[in-house]
Amino acid sequence: MLSGWGRFPRQDCLVHVPRSEADLQALIAQGPLIARGNGRGYGDCALGPAGTIDMRRFNRILSFDAQSGILVAEAGVLLADVIAVFLPRGWFPAVTPGTKFVTLGGMVAADVHGKNHHKHGSFGHCVEWIELLGADGEVRRCSREENAELFAWTIGGMGLTGIVLRLAFRLRPVESGWIRQQTLPAPDLETAMALFEEHAGATYSVAWIDCLHGGKGLGRSSLMLGEHARLDELGARRDAPFATPRRRFRKVPFDAPQMALNSLTVRAFNALYYHRAVAQRGEALVDWDGFFYPLDALLEWNRIYGRRGFAQFQCVIPLESAAAGLTALLRTISASGQGSFLAVLKRMGPGEGPISFPREGYTLALDFPVNPQALALMERLDAITIDHGGRFYLAKDARMSAATLRASDPRARDLAALREERGLTSFRSSMAERLNL
Amino acid sequence: MTSSVLVIGARSDIGLAAAHRFAAAGYDVQLAARNAAQLEADAADIALRHGVRATMHELDLLAPGTFGAFLDSLPALPQVAICAVGLLGDQAVSQSDLEAASLVMRSNYEGPALMTGLLAERFEARGSGTLVGISSVAGDRGRASNYVYGSAKAGYTAFLSGLRNRLAKKNVHVLTVLPGFVRTRMTEGMDLPARLTADPGQVAEAIFAAVSKKRDVIYVKPVWRLVMGVIRAVPERIFKGTQL
Repeated sequence: MLSGWGRFPRQDCLVHVPRSEADLQALIAQGPLIARGNGRGYGDCALGPAGTIDMRRFNRILSFDAQSGILVAEAGVLLADVIAVFLPRGWFPAVTPGTKFVTLGGMVAADVHGKNHHKHGSFGHCVEWIELLGADGEVRRCSREENAELFAWTIGGMGLTGIVLRLAFRLRPVESGWIRQQTLPAPDLETAMALFEEHAGATYSVAWIDCLHGGKGLGRSSLMLGEHARLDELGARRDAPFATPRRRFRKVPFDAPQMALNSLTVRAFNALYYHRAVAQRGEALVDWDGFFYPLDALLEWNRIYGRRGFAQFQCVIPLESAAAGLTALLRTISASGQGSFLAVLKRMGPGEGPISFPREGYTLALDFPVNPQALALMERLDAITIDHGGRFYLAKDARMSAATLRASDPRARDLAALREERGLTSFRSSMAERLNL
Repeated sequence: MTSSVLVIGARSDIGLAAAHRFAAAGYDVQLAARNAAQLEADAADIALRHGVRATMHELDLLAPGTFGAFLDSLPALPQVAICAVGLLGDQAVSQSDLEAASLVMRSNYEGPALMTGLLAERFEARGSGTLVGISSVAGDRGRASNYVYGSAKAGYTAFLSGLRNRLAKKNVHVLTVLPGFVRTRMTEGMDLPARLTADPGQVAEAIFAAVSKKRDVIYVKPVWRLVMGVIRAVPERIFKGTQL
């Protein structure tokens, strides 16, 4: 039984663990399949009952150019390994998602974004080229110049255009492993959005939003801004700018009982988090791991939602309707009393690419334990998002219908058409079946 | 001067894991295998990840006539040499097909022993070095299910033991590694008992620790020492009637 990070849905999948391109070519000839990285996609995007290809043996770092910062690596390399190798040499991923336990191939497939999206765009923006294995067994170099259409549709194409074998992408030079973090409490949604706009120049920005607090404090948040600390900002740490403390990993030892995460505990957690932000307002120097990957320290944190798993909801609402859309979403959530531990709000910059998720506006991400009430609530949230011109992040989705996707994102039809036309339908995940892609 | 490690059978999962482990400790790595050019991605990966030199060297362990020239061609005589070559074969085929059996015997005994022996000569002449031979618990007692492979490994174990005895006072360390079950290409598709099975990374870690501590013989998972102790202790009269 296999699942995504949300542990919902779970399906029996025939998993292959190939070692070579020749192995992959043989598998492609056999029938429908989907590539899978480190299983951090939340829903069914990397589940293929007829064939799931575990790509983690393609895990070699191939070359690095210290002039341009361009790294060439195989698709199964973990971002955590890239950081472990290159941060001590003064380089950091130009774009990183909220976990470092993703593969590079997965980052391409989902076109992941990070806390700097408003400034630096999504992962695809720093990808120079990819090598893609097609349904015909051919390997094609795809870039903005070469096979440009295939390149564009693969960035965010959820693995449905072929198998990414290798890629070249840019790292950015940094002077230290530390981040200058500024914490700004925002008592309501309006303030939070105003703060995002006011700090549009910050390299990193994200807000943790209390989605259970209703009424006047609807959307109260804790906004975090960050900048890579320069050597002259490190004080005593200057002598060893990359010597950040090693984190102690904790592991969620067992599946939490369903009851553990009720509205009371979530409400208390969110309130606590907000008040901590109020207390800790101002500037602090934090290490890269704590700033970018706070949840990675809690291995298998997906178990806190219990055996039935959880579903993420992440949408982006265009700038012009963001205030109205977010207010409607938050009202509906707080009225339902079904809270989410982790609700994240972020201002996004302009979108790129024909199928990638981000667009200029505000993105809201929440997770809910899987139960009938939460699933019904998420359908209401779908409708509100569509009413406000928003769309959904496929890397998080586990449950929306094909009709919902098409109503929110006309590009889905184009992807399906491209797959048909190019003979790519043998790259097939449960998500592709569900969403009719 | 940086130390270097020679990995013979570098394409094997255990060999590659060992190369990474020694590179992580700062050793330059010499990767030897047949079709060594196919190891280019691995060599690049090792060099980049660990900031060491990684070189590739063509070697066919079934061609002993080439061994001397092979060793002469290395960028330096290594400090540590690991022989991770093994061929399990198919017992059912090996017991009736002489050529197949011969290939298993030569791959697991003749080639590894001759190469280890030649390295021993060079290490002895230099007055230092560590020889690591990956043998097998299958060599601890011949069993119907794998005695062609097992007998070749038994030969290699005995060879290493003799070499250790000979070189004990010559500052050349000989380590015999008995991995037990390991999740590798060799065992892919087999149903292995989890408690008796190691990952290649664990084998590599055990090798590295044993080299540092100058151990003589290690079972990667200590439980194997007990298991094989029991298997060896069963009287032959009873053992021959068992199915193991």
